[in-house]
Amino acid sequence: MNFTSIVLGTSNGSAAAFNFGRIVELAPEIWVAMAQTFAMLLVAIPIAILLGTPLGIWLFSMSPNGLRPRPRLHRVVDGIVNTIRSFPFLILLIAIIPFTRFVVGTTIGTAAVIVPLTINAIPYFARFVEQNISQLGNGVVEAAQAMGATRGQIIREVLLVEARPALLSSITIMTVSFISYSAMAGLVGGGGIGDFAIRYGYYRYETGVMLLAIILMILLVHAVQFVGSRLSRAADKR
Amino acid sequence: MIRLENVTTTFGQGQEKFTAVKDVSLEITAGSIHGIIGFSGAGKSTLLRNINLLQRPTAGQVFVDGTELTGLNESELRKQRHDIGMIFQHFNLLNNRTALQNVELNLKFAGVAKNERRKRALEALAIVDLADKANAYPGQLSGGQKQRISIARALVTEPKVLLCDEPTSAVDPRTTTSVLQYLSDINSSLGITTVIVTHEMNVIKAIADRVSVMEDGAVVEEFALSSLQEPGFEPVTPIGRYLISDEITLNRTSKPVSSAAHIARV
Repeated sequence: MNFTSIVLGTSNGSAAAFNFGRIVELAPEIWVAMAQTFAMLLVAIPIAILLGTPLGIWLFSMSPNGLRPRPRLHRVVDGIVNTIRSFPFLILLIAIIPFTRFVVGTTIGTAAVIVPLTINAIPYFARFVEQNISQLGNGVVEAAQAMGATRGQIIREVLLVEARPALLSSITIMTVSFISYSAMAGLVGGGGIGDFAIRYGYYRYETGVMLLAIILMILLVHAVQFVGSRLSRAADKR
Repeated sequence: MIRLENVTTTFGQGQEKFTAVKDVSLEITAGSIHGIIGFSGAGKSTLLRNINLLQRPTAGQVFVDGTELTGLNESELRKQRHDIGMIFQHFNLLNNRTALQNVELNLKFAGVAKNERRKRALEALAIVDLADKANAYPGQLSGGQKQRISIARALVTEPKVLLCDEPTSAVDPRTTTSVLQYLSDINSSLGITTVIVTHEMNVIKAIADRVSVMEDGAVVEEFALSSLQEPGFEPVTPIGRYLISDEITLNRTSKPVSSAAHIARV
């Protein structure tokens, strides 16, 4: 079997790789799948930013060298964050099913997969925030303290402003990772373009359809990375 | 204006306990420029940080303009800090804010209304002759310009005291002169009590009225710079004498470094 037939061949050997008729036939499903992927990302990522940012700031502040050291409490929360982060996503998806049912009232479909995606993304982003802030060094914090800034002002006006380029890069990395995680949504009937690739391309040996789906995912990742890098560079005035 | 009474600052505990400032008492007259000199690790930066309580002393009292800072709670202390400006060796400007925004930020912390901030920040930038760089980011400026921006940032709230932590240690000799000229001009025109920490006696000679010499956490002697003009005046301590001589003298008679041994080590 040569390379071309591995990539383009189908189960019955007919070389109908990019069968446009088939793709046109599936076009509505592809659109739905893309929309589902976008829905997952557009809910999970903003919530992760919204909740992960304060959690990350909190982790930084309570750390032994932070603005308000609370070493013992820090160790507890740090441990919880690590625990959630150590679950393989597929297992987390199953493990929190009762919680998912409680939040969205169902355990299948796109809404049901958004819950574990978000749960996974919050500590993921919190770690980024914590690291990006602690890498800023003590100089600017000291200057702000000398100017009589409150802790809130130091966080809002100094730390988050100085960390902005790094945070934009982190959001980009997180989004790309979660495009990949979202492909596991199929397990609970969550749909999405990754699931589409698995169902049609992998299970039904429609390699052409799978390739198309993968190309769409590649384009999506490239677009996210392109926009993210641009934004980060524009924000970075060093 | 500034009075320290028996200030001691200790870091760490038990075996790792380290006393950076040992029982220092010091009085700095309003409107003067006071130098604090010593070698690395002498405790001079810690002592400076004791004045605005960036580093809270373990024992002793700190008075600024009649207020005992060591007796204040956090919010009262923050309020007092609006009257104490500070500049740093590495400037500590925000890289993602323009020069003007950096200066305005201090006014924001001080609770000055938005429409007034811009005007006052531009005035402060004009004092250090950098009004034309208002919209530049620190990354676009030279070291000397950055230090001048940070001086403007410290001055904009019209503080009574200006604390300078090694303000010229990260800039070249010509820029040092320029930065000191600004500090001196500002001291004489605005009457701001200035405390300057440095390891360079030249800086002290150029700008200070009085100097405290620190060694190993303690102030070992203090004298007026004018006494250096008096015939026969000499610092009492060896370190004081060493610092005013401020020359690099190498021992040229010591045995030569063996090049073979050097290469072997490499």
